[in-house]
Amino acid sequence: MEIQWYIYLAAALFSIGVIGVLTRRNAIIIFMCIELMLNSANLLLVAFSKMHAAAAIGKATATVVSDGQIFVFFIMVVAAAEVAVGLAIIVMMYRNVHSVDVNFLNRLKN
Amino acid sequence: MQTLGIRFPELLIWSPLIAGLLCFILKNEKNSKAIALFSSIITLAISFASIIYANDKQLSGLQDNYVWMKYLGASFSVGLDGMGHLLTLLTAFSFPLIFIATYSNSYKNSSSFYGLMLLSQAGLLGVFTAMDALVFYFFWELALIPVYFLSSKWGGEKRIQATFKFFVYTFAGSLLMLIGIIYVYLQTPATPTSEHSFAISAFYNLRLSVAEQFWLFWLFFTAFAIKMPVFPFHTWQPDTYEQSPTAVTMVLSGIMVKMGVFAVLRWLIPIFPAAVAKYDTLVIGLSVFGMIYASLIAIKQDDLKRLVAYSSIAHIGLMCAAIFASSQNVNHVGMQGVMIQMFSHGINIIGLWIVIELIERQTGVRKISQLGGIAHKAPVLTIMLVIIALANIALPLTNAFVGEFMMFSGLFKFNIWYAAIAGVSIILAAVYTLNMVQKVFYGETNALTATVKEIALHEKLVLAVIVVAIFLVGVFPQPMLDLTKNAVTLIIGKGK
Amino acid sequence: MNNVLQIVWLIPLLPLIGFLINGLGRKHLSKTLAGIIGSGVVLASFLISVYVFFSVKGGNTHVAHYFDFINVASLKIGFDFQIDQLSSIFLLIITGVGFLIHVYSTSYMHEEDNKDFAKYFAYLNLFVFSMLLLVMGANYVIMFIGWEGVGLCSYLLIGYWFKNNNFNNAAKKAFIMNRIGDLGFLLAVFWLIAKLDTTDYHTVFANISTLSKTDIIGITLLLFVGATGKSAQIPLYTWLPDAMAGPTPVSALIHAATMVTAGIYMIARSNILYSTDAAEITRLIISVIGLATALLAASIAIKQNDIKKVLAYSTVSQLGFMFLALGTGNYVAAVFHVMTHAFFKALLFLGSGSVIHAMGGEQDITKMGGLKKYMRITQITFLIGCLAIAGCPPFSGFFSKDAILISAFEHNKVLWILAVFAAMMTAYYMFRLYFLTFNGKFRGTHEQEHHLHESPTAMTLPLIILAVLAIIGGFVGVPHLLGGHNEIATFLQPVIPVHENAHPLSSGTEYGLMIGTTIAMLIAAVFAYLQTRNVAVKENKGLGKILENKWYVDELYDTIIVKPLQSLAAFFNNVMEKKGIDGFVNGVGRAVNYGSRQVRLLQSGYVGNYVLLMVIGILILFIVQLFL
Repeated sequence: MEIQWYIYLAAALFSIGVIGVLTRRNAIIIFMCIELMLNSANLLLVAFSKMHAAAAIGKATATVVSDGQIFVFFIMVVAAAEVAVGLAIIVMMYRNVHSVDVNFLNRLKN
Repeated sequence: MQTLGIRFPELLIWSPLIAGLLCFILKNEKNSKAIALFSSIITLAISFASIIYANDKQLSGLQDNYVWMKYLGASFSVGLDGMGHLLTLLTAFSFPLIFIATYSNSYKNSSSFYGLMLLSQAGLLGVFTAMDALVFYFFWELALIPVYFLSSKWGGEKRIQATFKFFVYTFAGSLLMLIGIIYVYLQTPATPTSEHSFAISAFYNLRLSVAEQFWLFWLFFTAFAIKMPVFPFHTWQPDTYEQSPTAVTMVLSGIMVKMGVFAVLRWLIPIFPAAVAKYDTLVIGLSVFGMIYASLIAIKQDDLKRLVAYSSIAHIGLMCAAIFASSQNVNHVGMQGVMIQMFSHGINIIGLWIVIELIERQTGVRKISQLGGIAHKAPVLTIMLVIIALANIALPLTNAFVGEFMMFSGLFKFNIWYAAIAGVSIILAAVYTLNMVQKVFYGETNALTATVKEIALHEKLVLAVIVVAIFLVGVFPQPMLDLTKNAVTLIIGKGK
Repeated sequence: MNNVLQIVWLIPLLPLIGFLINGLGRKHLSKTLAGIIGSGVVLASFLISVYVFFSVKGGNTHVAHYFDFINVASLKIGFDFQIDQLSSIFLLIITGVGFLIHVYSTSYMHEEDNKDFAKYFAYLNLFVFSMLLLVMGANYVIMFIGWEGVGLCSYLLIGYWFKNNNFNNAAKKAFIMNRIGDLGFLLAVFWLIAKLDTTDYHTVFANISTLSKTDIIGITLLLFVGATGKSAQIPLYTWLPDAMAGPTPVSALIHAATMVTAGIYMIARSNILYSTDAAEITRLIISVIGLATALLAASIAIKQNDIKKVLAYSTVSQLGFMFLALGTGNYVAAVFHVMTHAFFKALLFLGSGSVIHAMGGEQDITKMGGLKKYMRITQITFLIGCLAIAGCPPFSGFFSKDAILISAFEHNKVLWILAVFAAMMTAYYMFRLYFLTFNGKFRGTHEQEHHLHESPTAMTLPLIILAVLAIIGGFVGVPHLLGGHNEIATFLQPVIPVHENAHPLSSGTEYGLMIGTTIAMLIAAVFAYLQTRNVAVKENKGLGKILENKWYVDELYDTIIVKPLQSLAAFFNNVMEKKGIDGFVNGVGRAVNYGSRQVRLLQSGYVGNYVLLMVIGILILFIVQLFL
C-alpha cells in the first residue's frame, strides 16, 4: 500500500482529535481526543518506519529500521501514565465541582 | 591625618546607614527622632572634618577601594573631590536642619520614617562619593527607593498617584542609564582581574566613537534630565512635591535634584564630550525655554508648594543651561557658578520649605489666596522668609546671586540671546516671589491667620542658620569657589 | 592718602551697623534712641565723607581692595572701593541730604509704634548703606550690588505700611520695574566680562580700544536700559509716581534726592564709554528719551492734584533733563543738576511732608490753600524750592538747568526748543502747586483748619538748611560768562575729562539764551498765578483729561504687556502643562493600562480558547515554515 494512505488516515485522525478538543467541553471526551491525536502520531511513526525499512533492505544501515516502532512503544507507555494522571485529575475535578465540563474551570478569568 | 582622612568618604555613608538600620531594628518610636538627629549631626561633623583634612582636592585625592565584585571589575570605591565635598556638605548640612525643623511633627510609625530618611541620606552621600559606575547606580537607586516609600506612606491625599508617577518616571530613566552604563562598561579595556571595569577612571579614559556617544548621551541624559528635572521631563515634580510630607520634599528638592546636576557633571560631560558638543544648543534651548515656562506657570500657582516647585524647575533649568554652555566654551566662571549654585539653591529651597511647613502646621492650608497678614502675627518668621525669598530671586549679597551671576555670565559667553531670554526669568521670579510674599504675609489678617503665633525657638534657630549661611556664602563666596576649582578644571578639561 | 583708605570703609559700614542695631533691637529701643542711632551713623558717615572730599580735591583717586569677591580663572572681581571726585560728590549728597532727612523723620514718623519706628530707621540706614556701596564701588559688580540693594530698600519702604494692599502693589511694581532695568545692567556687565574679563572701571576704560563698535553700542545701550529703570525714564518710569505710597521723607530721600539719580551716576561714571564715537547712536537715544520723559512727565504734572504726585512727576521730568545733558555729552551739567536737584527736590518733598503733617494726612491740593499764614517757615522754604526748580536766577536750579539748556542748544536747536518748553511747564506746575497750597483761602474742613500748625523744629530745621543750599548750591557751577569759574567742572575733571568745544557759543548768544529762558519761566509762573486765583474744581475734558489720567500709560502697559503675559501663563498652566506635557506623560501610563486590559481579554479561562489559540499558532508556524 502506498504511504500516502497512511498519511491521510493519520491526518484525518489528528484532525478529528483537534476538532474534538476544540469543540467538546466534556473533559473525558477531550481526553479521548488527545489520545486520538497521539495515536495518529503513532500510526505515522509505524508507517514511516516500515517504509524506510523497505527502502533500506540490503544496506549496511539496516539496524536502524525499527527505531520508529520502538518510539511508538515509548509513546504508548507514556500515554498510559498520562491517562492515569489525567483521569485522576478528572475524578478529582468531578468530586469538587460535580461536573466534568472544562468551561466550568474558568476561574483564571478576572 | 592622611590615614584618617582617607576613611572619610565611607564614614560619611556608614553613619546614616547604621543609624537608619538602627531605627528599624530598635522600633523605638520615641528615640528614633533623637537617633536621627544625633546621627545627622555626626555626619555633618564628619563632612566638616573631611573638608578640613582634605589637603588634596583632586578627584583621586580621597578614595577608598574595596573589591566588590572582582570578576565584574566592580569595586566599592568611594572618594571625594571638591564637587563631592560641596555636595556631601550640602547633604550633611541639610539633614539636621530638616530634622530640627520638623521636630515638632509626630509621624505615625516614626521609627520607619526616620529609618527611611536616613537610608535615603546614605544613598545620597553614596551617589556623591561614588567612584565606580556600578556603585553609583546602586546608590542612585538606594536614594530613590526610600523616598518612594516615605512619600507613599506619609504623603498627602493623592500620594499614591503622585508617587507612583514619580517612581515609574525616574525609574524608567534609571534603567536607560543602566543600559548605558553596561554598554560603556563593555567597551572598557581589561584590568588584571577582570575583562572590563566599572571604575570611573576607566570610563574617563575611554575614547568612544562619535556615533556611539550620540546615542549613549541620550540614555544617560534622559535619566539625569528626569531627575533634575529639565523641561519637558518635569511633570512628576510639582505633583510629588505637593503630595510628599514636607520633610521629604526638602530632601527631594534640596538635595535630590542636585543628584541630576551632579551626575551630568561627573558622568556625562567628561565621558561623552562629542555628544555634548553636538547637542548643547538643543539642551540649552530646552532649559532656557523651561525657565520661562516654569516661571510663568509659577505666577499662576495658588498652592505654595507648587509655586516653589515651579520656581525650582526654573532655577535648575539655568544650572543645566550653564553646564552645557560652559563646558564647550571652556568657561570656568559659568561652571563654578553651577557648583556654588547647587549648594545655594539647596539651602535656600530648604529654607522656603521650612517656612511653608511652619505656615501649614499653624493654619492647615497652603493656598496663597486663603492666607494673608502673617507679618503682624509672626514678624520673625516673616523676616526670615523675606530674606530667603530674596535669596531665591538672587538679590546681591545673598548666596544665589553669586551663582546666578556666574552662570548667566557663562551663558552670555555662549550666546547673548539665550542669556537675554533666560534673564527674563529673573524678572518673572521677582513677580511670583513678591506676589507670594505680599499675599501670604502682608495685608490684613483673616480668620485663618488671626491665630498664627510666632514660631518656636528651635525653628527660629534653624531659619537663622540658613539666613547666616545665605549671607556668608553671599558675601564671601571665594572659599567655596576655591573648593571646587580643581573639580571644574577636570570636568572642563575632560569635556573639551 | 593712606589715611583716607584707612577710614573710607567706615562710610558704608556705619549705616550698616545702624541698620543692624535698629533692626535687631527694634523691640527694645526707645524712639529717641532709635532716632539718634539712625541719624547719628549717617552724620558720622557724612563727616568722614567731608574729610574724604577734601582729600580728593587735589585730583587724587583712591582705590581700596578689601577682599576677592569672585576670583575664578581669569575673572577677578574684588570687593573694591574707589574714591574719586565723582563719588565724593555723591557721598556728600547721600550722607548730607540723607542726614537731614533722617532728622526730619524722627519727628515726622513719631506717631508710629516703637518697633515700627526702629524698623523704619533700620530700612533707611540700609538704604544709605546700599546707596553708598553703589557710588563707592570700584567695579560694576559692586555698583550692581548697591544698585539692587537700593531697589530692595525702596521696595521695603514703599510698602512700609504693609497692611494696605495698594501700597504693597506700588512697592511690588517699583521692584519689578527696577528689575527689568537691572536685567539690562546685568547683561551689560556680562558683555564686559565676555569681552574684557573685568568689570573694574579703570581697566575697562583703559581697554576701550579693544571693543568693537557693536560691543560699545550694546554695552552702552544696555547700561542705559538699567538707568531707565532706576532713574524712571520712558518706558520704565511709571513706578515712581506710585512709589509715593511710602512715607514722605522716604520719597524725599529715595525717590527724589538719591536713588533715582543712580542712573545718572552710572552713565557719568562710564562717560568714557559714552563719549566714544561708536556710542553716538546711544547718545542720541539718551537725549531723545530724556527729553521725551521731561516733556511727558511735565505735561502730566500740570493736571495732578495730589501734592506728592506733582512732585513725583516733576522728579521724573527733572531726571529727563539730566539724561538730556548726558545725551548731549555734558556729564558735568548732569551731575551738577543731580546735586542742585537733590537740594531743592528734597526741600520740596520735605516741605510737602510738613504740609501733609499739618493737614492730617490730606494730600489733595484742591483742599488746601492759604496755608502761608499758618506755617511761615514751610511756606518760605517751599517758595525757595519752587524758585530753584523753576530756574529763577540766582537760585541753584538756574545754573544747572542753564548748563543743560545751553548744551542742548549747542547740540541741536530742536532739542533746545522742546527743553525750554518742558522747563516752562516745570515753572507752571510748580507755581500752580505753590499758589494752590499756600495762597488764597483755606478750602479744607474746619477741623483741619483748627489743627493747622507749623511743624516742630526737627522738621523745619532741615527745611531751612536745604533752603539755604537750594539758594547757594548753584554757585559752585557759575559759568565763566557770569564771572564764575565753574568749579564743579574743574573739580570733576579727573573723572570727566572736559572736551574743548570746537565752536563755542558767542557770549551774546549765551546771554540771550539765559535771559530768554528766564523770561519764559516768569511768564509761566505768572500764568500759574492767574489761573489759580479762583479755584473751581471742574471736570477736565479733552487733553486735560488725558493728562489727568497720565496719558493712560499704565492702562496701555496693562493691555499690551501684563494681560498677554497673564494669558500666556494661563495657557502654559492650563493647556500646555496640564493637557500637553502632563497629559502626554499620564497618557503613556493610560495607554499601557488600556493595552494590558485589552490583552488580558485573551485569558478567557476557557480551555477550548487556549487550545484554539495554540492550534492557530501551530498552523501559522507551519505556514511560515512551509511557504515563507
